[in-house]
Amino acid sequence: MSAVLIEVRQASVRFGSLTALADVDFSLRAGERVALVGANGSGKTTLLRLLHGQLAHEGERRTVVDARGREPTQAMVFQRPFLLRLSVWQNLMVALWLARVPRVQRASQVAQALQRVGLADQRDRPARVLSGGQQQRMALARAWAVQPRVLFLDEPTASLDPGAKREVEQLIAEFAQEGMAVVMSTHNLGQAKRLATRVIYLEGGRVIVDLPTADFFNQSLPDAAASFVKGELGWSM
Amino acid sequence: MGGGFADSLRAAWALVSSFDARLAEIVSLSLGVSATACALAAGFGMAAGAWLAVARFPGHRAVVAALNTLLALPSVVVGLVVYLLLSRSGPLGAWGILFTPRAMVVAQTILVLPVVAALTRQLIADAWRGNGEQLRSMGAGTLASAALLLVHERLALVTVLLTAFGRAISEVGAVMIVGGNIEGVTRVMTTAIALETSKGDLPLALGLGLVLLTLVGVINAAIALVQRQQGAHAQAVAK
Repeated sequence: MSAVLIEVRQASVRFGSLTALADVDFSLRAGERVALVGANGSGKTTLLRLLHGQLAHEGERRTVVDARGREPTQAMVFQRPFLLRLSVWQNLMVALWLARVPRVQRASQVAQALQRVGLADQRDRPARVLSGGQQQRMALARAWAVQPRVLFLDEPTASLDPGAKREVEQLIAEFAQEGMAVVMSTHNLGQAKRLATRVIYLEGGRVIVDLPTADFFNQSLPDAAASFVKGELGWSM
Repeated sequence: MGGGFADSLRAAWALVSSFDARLAEIVSLSLGVSATACALAAGFGMAAGAWLAVARFPGHRAVVAALNTLLALPSVVVGLVVYLLLSRSGPLGAWGILFTPRAMVVAQTILVLPVVAALTRQLIADAWRGNGEQLRSMGAGTLASAALLLVHERLALVTVLLTAFGRAISEVGAVMIVGGNIEGVTRVMTTAIALETSKGDLPLALGLGLVLLTLVGVINAAIALVQRQQGAHAQAVAK
């Protein structure tokens, strides 16, 4: 079994009087591809943010260092990525600067990342005038450029047309094949089926189902999860 | 009365159109003092405003409230405080710059600093609210986030600078007190207008008024142009 990278135990997140996540136990292992599914407000994005270390919480969250004592590197791609009013190239250079990549390596890593997502010919264009699909590919390039061991994706294709959605899914699948652990929230169960090795269904801030993908779609599920799957599959496949 | 005004206006226009040396000297000193003050205020005010927008610390709200209050800082009060600081018996009297353009720069810098800092803080706080999490997610700390958002909002910051320049170039109280309105040394447009009006030399006062109005008009046009470019940019992004 592959090594645990991130683990949360009995973790809860509260926003004022609202409990967004309650008593969640979760371990992410190297190379896993996890899809978080559930209705709006079920806690998918909150769990992503918690795993990424962006939220104050109760309970335990720990990242497991590797044999060389290094924390697993992480990156997150948001549904609407924030792009600085700079060129595509400069945006990626900034990301590598923030990730403390040595100066001498930055240019080559950026060039590789843009090549990887098919945006090499767009490098000098202002990032914010790219199409939605290109912006999301650029965000993936920005994440890939820092060579994360864990990639978090918050509904990465939610606002894209089918063509762009396919391109982004293809890239996510390729990244995962390279060994990156991927945790993504999605409303699209077809996407979860195509990309994930494990599906977690959340409801009211609690993990209700946590199963390998094949089992999630073939086993009998608790009522709420089953009706969610039935309702979703009709239009999102 | 009407004829007197028209005559003065004609004389004023003659002064402006003939590039009268006295007028040119006053205008260039005004521009120099206000531009220097704005440059100094921009350096510190934008950095402080951006940092204040991103950082959180005990007393943060009080600091923001105090900064916003300073937006309405009366220029005569600034003049008085700077005068006391720079006067021979004041703590900075050794500098020996009272009644020089440098003193006027100090006074105008203090006057527009809160304008630059408060408007920058507001601008960067709005950007931070929508995008702060993504910057943090990429590993940006407080200073890096503030710096990146300053770069991101650079077009809007031009508006902040122009607003500050408009405030500086049109104020009279502070420069009158710390500059002393000395002809050929510290006389700027606003203090000259006040003096020439009291002396009854309406053509020069009106000529300076025309130049000042034109400058303010140019500044407003520049602000409108920057805002229009921002609007066009936002539309391009939305598409």
